[in-house]
Amino acid sequence: MKYVIALAGNQNSGKTTLYNALTGSNQHVGNFPGVTIEKKEGQIKRFKDASLVDLPGIYSLSPYSLEEVVTRDFLLKEHPDLILNIVDATNIERNLYLTLQLMELSIPMVIALNMMDEVRASGNSIDVMKLSKHLGIPVVPISASKKEGVSELVEVAIKTAQEKRKPVKLDFCTGEVHKAIHAISHLIEDQAKEAEYPLRFAATKLVEGDELTFKELKITESQTHIIEHVVEDMEKALNTDREAALADMRYSYIEQICRDTVIKKQETREQIRSEKIDKVLTHKYLGIPIFIGIMFVIFWITFGAAGAFLQGYLEEIIALATDYVANLMESYQVSPWLHSLVIDGIFAGVGSVLSFLPIIVILFFFLSMLEDSGYMARIAFLMDKILRKIGLSGRSFVPMLIGFGCSVPAIMATRTLASERDRKMTIVLTPFMSCSAKLPIYGMMTMAFFPENAAFIMIALYIMGIVVAILSGLLLKGTIFKGEPVPFVMELPAYRIPSRKSVLLHMWEKAKDFLQRAFTIIFLGTIIIWFLQSFDWSLNMVEDSSYSILATIGSLIAPIFIPLGFNDWKASTALISGLTAKEAVVSTLSVLTGTVTDLELSTALSTIFTPLSSFAFLTFTLLYMPCVAAFAATKRELGSVKNAVLTAMYQTMTAYVVGMVVYQLGNLFI
Amino acid sequence: MTLDSIKPGQGGIIASVGGQGMLRRRLLDMGLTPNTKVYVRKVAPLGDPIELFLRNYVLTIRKEEASKIELKEVFNE
Repeated sequence: MKYVIALAGNQNSGKTTLYNALTGSNQHVGNFPGVTIEKKEGQIKRFKDASLVDLPGIYSLSPYSLEEVVTRDFLLKEHPDLILNIVDATNIERNLYLTLQLMELSIPMVIALNMMDEVRASGNSIDVMKLSKHLGIPVVPISASKKEGVSELVEVAIKTAQEKRKPVKLDFCTGEVHKAIHAISHLIEDQAKEAEYPLRFAATKLVEGDELTFKELKITESQTHIIEHVVEDMEKALNTDREAALADMRYSYIEQICRDTVIKKQETREQIRSEKIDKVLTHKYLGIPIFIGIMFVIFWITFGAAGAFLQGYLEEIIALATDYVANLMESYQVSPWLHSLVIDGIFAGVGSVLSFLPIIVILFFFLSMLEDSGYMARIAFLMDKILRKIGLSGRSFVPMLIGFGCSVPAIMATRTLASERDRKMTIVLTPFMSCSAKLPIYGMMTMAFFPENAAFIMIALYIMGIVVAILSGLLLKGTIFKGEPVPFVMELPAYRIPSRKSVLLHMWEKAKDFLQRAFTIIFLGTIIIWFLQSFDWSLNMVEDSSYSILATIGSLIAPIFIPLGFNDWKASTALISGLTAKEAVVSTLSVLTGTVTDLELSTALSTIFTPLSSFAFLTFTLLYMPCVAAFAATKRELGSVKNAVLTAMYQTMTAYVVGMVVYQLGNLFI
Repeated sequence: MTLDSIKPGQGGIIASVGGQGMLRRRLLDMGLTPNTKVYVRKVAPLGDPIELFLRNYVLTIRKEEASKIELKEVFNE
């Protein structure tokens, strides 16, 4: 017999820590069907037959947020053998709110009462036995971070699943709510059975006016009338509406349990410490400068000091490997096309992408620290007002900021966003931030055309990226991403020292994810570009890439850029090869113009561009679709090729329109 | 008196929670139910959102959302 155990709980309740403690390295990360919400599944250590599914961190089973619907669907339709509900003991009132809703599903359930060490350390206590008796389900006190109580928890969980011990039906509702739930239960009993909905859960949801339940149970029109009548009576008698009545009923019951089981003398040490830390970190005047400082240090280490050093190191190793393989192939006299495929195609393409690995690993080290320590929530608190105007919340700030370094980890970092809508919009907007790979292009162009005002042009480009993202956000907010934005109602968890295991695991997951992509979609992409660059239409290998398929495509699309002020196959070809990595724009231009030194390149460029059209070209490179690595990340995070292609098309269109406006307006004034 | 109009350091008892749909439901789910004691701890540096303390935990909501929460009693911490 194989057991499926679903791990459910609030955000910040230590769910990930417990998940990592329970499962070993044997886990599988995917998405829930149809949505890009992460689904982790792993085997419980020492119990081969039990697998643990990590459900999204949620606060309620309401029908509004996607995370809640996903959790609900999983619990109702996949019929797990047990719900393992993790409850933060330091914040027990709000955590039990979800517990009461989970209990209605009549699936065997065990509560892991986490952070009991913190409760005890501050002189408070919880009567676990009494709590278990009140709720009618086993409660195991644990400390996931210290691994206390974890093995007992597993034993109790397996035993409860084996015995199929469902939560005893408990009536925590009284009076009018009870009457309504009772009446509706009778009315819909058969339909609930047919739809395989737990009766109690179905009735409660119908009282709440949950549309999903109405649909799934196929409630008839006449039944709807009766339900409406019953609920209206309840509302009148209680002098409140249905949603408030049920929330109030649950919280009243929880307060009653807590009065009986929780002995509280003071705030926990962690809470007191957090309050003190926040006196500085979210201080009225110091808060934002400190945030900028922290981000500066992270950027400096990632893209400057350590990252660049390791990247250079890795590049050298890749170069050595390339040389070794090249020599090997020469000594075996393999055909020139194979030699070119391996060296110029695979090694050059995948190698240049691979060299990003150190940056990604380091960046995700810092990101996990920010997230796990609790500071990420404070960043959202500090920055919310700025991002609200374009329909996003403060949480989107961090991915966008990382976008200035590299779009790939930035897009990967959108995983931390709780709302699906915010996540998608952030993914679309982030590549407008000028990533570090675009710097060499700016350098090349400003040197040739604006040597006096290089800094000014670069700053203008950075600002333009931000402005376009803002305008684009406003546009998207009113069109594709219309609808109710997710409300900004967010917990500020107590600061905690991140666990080493969870930080390392997070880094490893991201590195693995990136490597997988480097050897699949990016591998394929570079081979295609290499092919186009190395062959002509009769499939003969070309010496000079100006006769290649890519060059013909380049000259074919070159006229498209006339409104942007440049019409040269070399420029359009460079833009295409820039898709492998943005720096490639520079190398391609230098190869195609046959120049070696910077001075020669500058002279050659002045035959292709005017100063104004060079600026339009820069505008286009700033905004058009990101490189294959970022495209692959977009595809992964948006969950479909179609959406990724649409995103790329949107970005390229934007680049084209803005580039044209720049050139045409410029022509009017110059 | 609504929750957005009291000063940091002050607290109150919730009389009712207005608004509708997802937002209202979220506020209720997070424990902002009638008769709950809630304190305003802080205002973000840019003037919004605000930091609340209730049911022994810290929550942040925007002023616009706080304006939908009516208080029946206001007191200083």
